This record gives sequence, C-alpha cells and structure tokens, in this order.
Amino acid sequence: MLELSHVHKVYRVGAFGGGRLRAVRDVSLTVKPGEVVSLIGESGSGKSTIGKMVLGLFRPSSGSITFEGTDITTIRGHAARKEYYRRVQGVFQDPFSCFNPIFKADRVFEMVRTSYFPRTPAKEWHGKVLDALATVRLDPGNVLNKYPHQLSGGQLQRLLIARALLLDIKLLVADEIISMLDASTRIDVLNLLSDLKERGLGILFVTHDLSLGNYVSDKSVILRKGAIAEMGPTARVFDNPLHPYSRHLLSCVPQLHRTWAEVDAELAANPPEDVVLPTAPDEESAPLIEAEEGHFVGIDQG
Amino acid sequence: MTNVSGAPGTAEKAGTPEPAGERRGSETLHFARRNPKLLIGLGIVLAFLLLGIIGPFFVDHDPNQYVGPRSQPPNGEYWLGTTTFGQDIWAQFVYGVRSTFLIGTFGGGVAFLIGTTVGFVAGYKGGIVDEILNMLTNVVLVLPALVVLIVAIAYLDVRGLFIQGVFIGLTTWPWAARAVRSQALSLATRDYVDLARLSGRRTWKIITTEIAPNMSSYLVMSFILLFGGAVLTAAGLDFIGLGPSNGVSLGLMLESAVAWSALQLGMWWWFIPPGLGITIIVGSLYILNVGLDEVFNPKLREL
Repeated sequence: MLELSHVHKVYRVGAFGGGRLRAVRDVSLTVKPGEVVSLIGESGSGKSTIGKMVLGLFRPSSGSITFEGTDITTIRGHAARKEYYRRVQGVFQDPFSCFNPIFKADRVFEMVRTSYFPRTPAKEWHGKVLDALATVRLDPGNVLNKYPHQLSGGQLQRLLIARALLLDIKLLVADEIISMLDASTRIDVLNLLSDLKERGLGILFVTHDLSLGNYVSDKSVILRKGAIAEMGPTARVFDNPLHPYSRHLLSCVPQLHRTWAEVDAELAANPPEDVVLPTAPDEESAPLIEAEEGHFVGIDQG
Repeated sequence: MTNVSGAPGTAEKAGTPEPAGERRGSETLHFARRNPKLLIGLGIVLAFLLLGIIGPFFVDHDPNQYVGPRSQPPNGEYWLGTTTFGQDIWAQFVYGVRSTFLIGTFGGGVAFLIGTTVGFVAGYKGGIVDEILNMLTNVVLVLPALVVLIVAIAYLDVRGLFIQGVFIGLTTWPWAARAVRSQALSLATRDYVDLARLSGRRTWKIITTEIAPNMSSYLVMSFILLFGGAVLTAAGLDFIGLGPSNGVSLGLMLESAVAWSALQLGMWWWFIPPGLGITIIVGSLYILNVGLDEVFNPKLREL
C-alpha cells in the first residue's frame, strides 16, 4: 500500500545554505493494509521527518513515496491532494500546537466536514462526531464547545485521533501519539490502534519508546542518524537484534528485576554472534543486508 | 482531570447541539459589550466619523469662503471662531474631519492591502517566493517616501484626495509587509496549519482562516498605524502646498494657522481644533485596538 523507496531528505543549513544536514538517508520500507509499522529511533533520527514526508508536508530530496500505485510527490493540484488526504491522515506529536488557539477545539471536526462532507446534514454529522468521540473514549460534554487551553493534552490528542477516524482512511501516520497520554489512557489508545488494524488500516507508528513499538507493531524499523539500522518483523528484531545499535538500545530498556550492571555483565559474558554489516559505498546510500528472511540490517555508523 | 474513560453522560449532552458560528459570534459580542476600552475607543472614533459624514450637510457655505468677521474667538454664531480672513473654523473642521477619514481610509487601505498580501504570501510560501517579495519590500522600504511622493504628486495636474491616498498607500506599505511576514512566518510552521492542510484546505483559506485570525489585533494595529501614517503624510504634503487643490483638511488648517501666525497672535481656536482632532482620532483608534485584542484573544479574557 505505502512504499518508500530510497528516500532521502537533505536540509540546507547555515547562513548561506552551504551546510547540509542529512535528516533521512536512503530509507526504503513498506506498510501493508492491516499492518502496524513502528519507526523507532532517538531524537533527531529522522523518524518524524519520514512521517511528514508521507503526509506530503515535506518533499523528499530524492527517492519516491508510493501510495496505492501513485507517487505522492507527483500529486499536483488541490483536488488530487485533497483526495490523498481522504485516505491518508496523521496525528501529530504535540497536541497543544495542533489546535488554533483562538477557535474552539471541536473546530477540527467542522473543518473535516466542510472539506469532505459538505452535504451531510448537521444532525447526522453530530452523530458521527459522537461515535468517533466514543471510540476514543471521550465524554462529549467535557470536550465539545471548549477552547484548546481548557482541555488537557490527553484530551486534545484523542480529539485528533477522533478527527482522523471521521474520514475513511487507509493509512494513519501516528507521530508519537502516546507520549502525551497518561498511563490509563495510553493503553486505551494502543488498543484502539489494534482495533483499527483489524479494520484493515495501515499504521505508521512513530515512537521513541521501544516497549510501545514492541506492543503494537507487526514490523519494526530502527532508525539511526536518518538511516535504517535494523528492520524486520517485530518479534525477530526484539528477540534477536543483529545491529550493534539495536542491541545497545534494547539493553538500555530498564528491567524490573535486574540492574544495568547485571545486564551489561551478562551481555559481556556471552556476546551475541556478530553479523556482517553492510558498508556504504559513499556518503549517500545506506544499503541493507537480509540476515534472515524479512530481517534486514543496515550500515554501521559508529 | 474531569475526563475518565468510559464516557458516561454521552447521551444527555448529545441533545443540545448548537450551530458553531452563531455561538461564537454571540460570545465575541458578549465580551465586546463588557470591554470599556473597546467601547470608549469605538465610541469616539464613530462620533468623529459621524461628525465627518453628517457635519458638512449642516454647513451651507464653502468652508474656505470668507463669511464672517475676522479673528473672532468662538461664539454662538461661529462655534469655533473665525480665521484672520473670516473663514468659519467649524465648517473647516467638519470638512477636515471628513477628508481625514477619507485619506486615512484610502491611504491606509491601499497600503494595508498591498502590505498584508505581500507579507502573508511571503511568510506562508517561503523559499524563493519569499526571497523575491522580500527584496521588493526592501527596495521600496529604502526609497525616500516623502521625496517620491513630492515628485510624483507635483507632476499631477489634478490633485484629489483619492489620488493622494493611493500614492501614499503605494509608498508606505513595506513596513506593514515586513511586520505581517514575520508573524506569518512563525505562524505558518504551527502544527494546526499542517492539520488544516491535511483537512484539504486551500492556501488562501489557510491564510485567511488559520493565520490571519491569530493576528487579527496585529492586523488592526497595522491598519491603525497605516491610517495614522497616511493622515500625517497627507498633512506633510498639505504643508508644502501639495495637498488636494481646493480641498480642506485638518493638515491644511494647521498649515494655514502656522502660516498666518495664529500661535503668535494667540488665536488658539485656529490651531487647537485640528491638532486635537488628529490626536483624538488616532489616540482612540489605539484604545480601540487594545480593547479588540482583549476581545479576540481568549487568553486575555477573564475566565
């Protein structure tokens, strides 16, 4: 359904645009219907940039992003773009900045209605909104007709998810949508995502939290400095991490019954067998090696 | 947190949906009616506007005509007295208020239209569009506006208020464009602008419904400053004899008061009304602006 092929994103930085910042380097991945793919990586690893490129908010410097057979960088004109957003929607990282502060928060629903369902009667639409709110477990009385600064981050975040559900979407780009939620609502949203998955929705789940990635996703992509370090089915990536960076990342997850010293000692005692990492022929590309079926490892960036 | 999962009470609340637009409008009105700054500012501006519109209809002679005795202080017949030549200052004043509003509206309006359009497009689009528009803005900004105005207007045979306003507008827009651009530049990167894009909104609609309302008081402020600037520039042009031919304005009144030594002769009724008129009009526009800011920005309201 969604296919990224050798996508690069390079920013010009500095006063005269002389410097270059490589945000995304040679990323190729696919998202199938009913599949949750998590993009895991530290801050600045390019995961949000990939999300925004999929949403068409940034243009990739090179490479192609194909959604259901069309390269989205070739989408021209307002009508075509609008049709794309009927099928692909996103929820952003910071719910506080997603709402225009001078309007009521529920205006995000009204915007979807005026753009996509102008003929739906108000009453029917209100019913749809209430359904969507019930799906994200929000009490309409608490959130409708309120200004964004009167609502909590979790409420705003769930309003945004409800908004995306109003459209009959095929792909959801969820950029750190859990980070702002407290623990009790977090699991609700995670379960909601798996419900959506059952309905055949493809989800690109951007996160920095390994355990969340493990919980929801079918496929995990670990990013480092814009390039893929390791990619494969979640179970394999987490049970048998091959790339040194993923091993390091996994060993950093705090464990309830063991101290870090014990983890380090165990890792040193029986070091995992090394795999041959691919080497990049130049600064640009980042080739992958298929270590086992569907499980890829990327270049070592030190 | 009042919100817990499970969403009880969904059904009861569903029964009272209200049309969003109507509700928002009445709410703005609710706060507007309770804001003294807005009411005072608006009241004074409207009073002057009304004076400028209606006043001239009650004057049955030309404001520059010599109608009465010379150098009379204010009295029952000539409310604001007369000039050295016996012109009725009240008549000049009401006509002057009218042309002050006209020049402010034309001059400020033209500058505002050009300035905001350039500023919004440059700030929102960014990149090469921004570079080009910014260069244009800077070029016009460093032109000595008054000199250009003097040269341009001096070559015109017919000088009316409208032409004067358009020329003032064409030379004073750059700083408004820069101010709007810098605001638009920061607002255009907000997530809600991205969200509006994801909601299938067009560029101009995003600019007018997402970005512009967030700086509405800023825009009103710009317009007020451009309005005041146009009034002052016009007064400056009037002063060097490039005002509207055969017209009356508060600037021309001040100019002739100074030219005929009203200050030295103690004819306060000649120069105080136009000076005070300009000051009060621009000052109350400022108060109006502060009031509007409080009404439009929910964060400044008392909750």
